[in-house]
Amino acid sequence: MSAAVTSETRARRGDTQAEPREHAQTPVPASDQQSKDVAIRLEKVALGYDSDTIQQGLSFAIRRGDVFIIMGGSGCGKSTVMRALTGLLAPRQGRVLLQDQSLWEVSEAARTQILRGVGVMYQSGALWSSMTLEENITLPLEQYTRLSRQQIGELAEYKLALVGLAGFGGYYPGQISGGMRKRVGVARAMALDPDILFFDEPSAGLDPLSARRLDDLILELRDSLGTTMVVITHDLDSIFLIGDDAVFLDAETRTMLTTGNPKHLRDHSEIAEVRAFLRRGEA
Amino acid sequence: MALDQGADSDFVLRLAGRWRLDQRIPPRAEFSALLDRAAPIEGAGPGGNDHSRSEDATATSQPLRLRFDTSALSDWDSALVSFIAGVERLCAERNIDCDPEALPDGLRRLREMANLAAAPEEDPHDRGPSFLARIGLDIGDLVRSTGEIITFFGEGAIAVRHFVAGRARYRKSELWVILQESGADALPIVSLVSFLVGMILGYIGDQQLARFGVRIYVADLVGLATVIQMGALITGIVLAGRTGAAFAARIGTMQVNEEVDALRTFGIPPMEFLVLPRMVALILMTPLLTLYADLLGILGGAFVGTVVGGVTLTAYLVQTQAAIGWNHIIQGLISATVYGAIVAASGCLRGMQCGRSAAAVGEATTSAVVTAIVFIVIAAAILTVIFDAIGLSA
Ligand SMILES: Nc1ncnc2c1ncn2[C@@H]1O[C@H](COP(=O)(O)OP(=O)(O)OP(=O)(O)O)[C@@H](O)[C@H]1O
Ligand SMILES: [Mg+2]
Repeated sequence: MSAAVTSETRARRGDTQAEPREHAQTPVPASDQQSKDVAIRLEKVALGYDSDTIQQGLSFAIRRGDVFIIMGGSGCGKSTVMRALTGLLAPRQGRVLLQDQSLWEVSEAARTQILRGVGVMYQSGALWSSMTLEENITLPLEQYTRLSRQQIGELAEYKLALVGLAGFGGYYPGQISGGMRKRVGVARAMALDPDILFFDEPSAGLDPLSARRLDDLILELRDSLGTTMVVITHDLDSIFLIGDDAVFLDAETRTMLTTGNPKHLRDHSEIAEVRAFLRRGEA
Repeated sequence: MALDQGADSDFVLRLAGRWRLDQRIPPRAEFSALLDRAAPIEGAGPGGNDHSRSEDATATSQPLRLRFDTSALSDWDSALVSFIAGVERLCAERNIDCDPEALPDGLRRLREMANLAAAPEEDPHDRGPSFLARIGLDIGDLVRSTGEIITFFGEGAIAVRHFVAGRARYRKSELWVILQESGADALPIVSLVSFLVGMILGYIGDQQLARFGVRIYVADLVGLATVIQMGALITGIVLAGRTGAAFAARIGTMQVNEEVDALRTFGIPPMEFLVLPRMVALILMTPLLTLYADLLGILGGAFVGTVVGGVTLTAYLVQTQAAIGWNHIIQGLISATVYGAIVAASGCLRGMQCGRSAAAVGEATTSAVVTAIVFIVIAAAILTVIFDAIGLSA
C-alpha cells in the first residue's frame, strides 16, 4: 500500500527509486537513499536547552525538491528542530547533514558557508526592526552579491511583489500588520535564492486567501527553482496540499513517531496519535 | 453545601442555591472539615462547622464513594467548576471515589476538557532563594559576570580589529545614529548632573576652607576632583543608565523577536553588526562627553566660589588653570575610555544574553545598568592604583 503512494509522488519528479514511505521509529539507513537526492539528513539527533531534553532519537532524511512538513502538537519542539537545522542550536548528540556536510562538525566559517544556501522564515517574522522592509531584503544581498545598488533595489522590489507587498518597501516593520510581516519574512528568506527554505508556521495568522497564495508560492518556487522546502505548520489543508513528506514529533515521548507522506499517514498510519492529529481528532 | 451519608453508605454532597463568582464560595477547607468529621482519617480533629446540617459520624466502615446531589442547585459558573476540581482532588487524596454522575452536563464536560490538558510534571516557578542564599548567589553572579565580560571584551576586540581593517560588517548609517544617540543626545543630562556636582563639591570645599581663610583653594579642589575622576565617573554612570540600558533593551528585544537569529542564519555576526558599532560609539563619545562634563563641573564650582566664596571669576579660573596639569586630564580621559567600553560591553552582553520574553528584556536592562556601575567602580579603584604606580598622578 505504501508503494503505491511512493511511486506516484516519485514518478511526478521523474525519480524511480522506490523506498518505504513510513518508517516508524527506525532510523533511515544511509545506504537506503542516494545522497545526491538528500538535502538534509538527521542521524540520531538529540536536542535540548540547558537540562531539558526536548527531542531525541531523530533520524530522517529530507529529499531534495520535496516539500517536507514538520508537524506535531504545540511545544513539542518543531521550532527547536528548525534551530538545529539552521545552525542556531548545536545538537546534544547525533549529526545533522546539510548537502552532505555535517553542520556541527566543521569550523564556524565552513558552517556559515553551508548556511549561505539556507533561507529561514521565523515564526515571529523576525524582521530587523530598525530597517525598512526593503532594507531587510537588501541587507543580505549587499553582503553576499556583487550587484549594483540599483539591481539590488529591483530585486528587493520583485521579492516583495512575490509575496503581494509591492510598494511597501519604504515601510518599517512596526508600521505593517502581523500577517504582512510574515510575508515580508518569507520574502527575506528568499532573498538569496537559497537551495533550502525553512518556514516556521508561515500561514499562522494569515487570512485564508493569503495562506493559500503562500502555499501556491511555495509549490511554485519548488517547481521552478527546485528549492527544497521545510515547512512547520499546523494547517491541515496546507499540509495535504503541499506536503510530499513529513515527520511527526511527539511531545510526550520526546521523539519522532513516524515519517511519510501526510495523506498516506492520515489514511494508513498505524499510530493513533498521528491519525488523530491529521484527522482533527476524529479517530 | 451539606454532606450526608446516603442509604447505601455513599457520601452525598448536596449543593444548593447559586454558585457564582460574585458570591461567597465556601473555601475548600470547609469541605475538607466536613469530610474530616464524616470520614475521619486517623484522628482528624472535630472542627465545629455551621454548614453541616446532618451527617453521620457513626459510620465505622468508611464509604469510599462520593456522589453529588444538585437538585437544588439553581445557578452556577466557573466558581462551581473550580470548587468541584478541589473536591475531586481532596477525594483522590483520601482514596474516595468521586462520582460525577449527578453534576450538570455542562459542568462535567468542562471538567473533562480541563482534565485533558496534561500538566507538566514539574512546576517551573521555584520558591526563590532565601536572603542569605541570595547574597551567596549574587557573589557567584559577580564572579561569573567578570568572566563573561572579559570574554565579551575579547570577542569585541576581534570585531574592532575587523573594524580597523575595514572588514567589519555593520551599517555606517547605524553607527552615526548610535553616535548621536549616545553622544549629542546625552549632553543635557550630563550638563545638569556635572554642573550640580561641581556646585556641591564647591560648596562643601568652601565651607571647610573658609575656616582656614584659603577660599581660593576651592578652585584646586573642584578642578582636580572633577578632571581626575568625577567628570569621567559622572559621564560613565549617566551613560550606564541612559545608553547602556538602551543597548540592552534594544538587543534584548531583537533576541525576543528572533532578529538576532535571523542575522546569524544570514552569516552576519551579531558581534560585528550589533555590538561593534555600539562599542565604537561609546569608546569615542565617552571621553568627549567627559571633557565637556569637566568643563561644566569647573563652572559649577566657579559659580559657588564666586557667589558664595566671594572670589573673582578671573582669580578662580587662573587658580584652576594652575592646579590642573596634562597628567590629570589624561588620567580622566583614560578612565573615561575604559568606562565607556564597560558600559557598552555590559549593555550589549546583557542584551545578547537576554531570554525570550518581555520580562527578560526588563531583567536584561536592569542587569546591564547594575553590571556597568559595579564594574565602573571596580575599574575606578584599579585605575587609581595604576595611575599612582606609573607616576601619572604626581
Ligand atoms: N530558548 C529556550 N530555552 C529553554 N527552553 C526552550 C527555549 N525555547 C523553547 N524551549 C522549550 O522547548 C520546547 C519546544 O519549544 P518549540 O518552540 O520548539 O516548540 P514548537 O513545537 O515550535 O511549538 P509551537 O508549535 O507552539 O511553535 C518548549 O517546551 C519550550 O518550553
Ligand atoms: Mg514553534
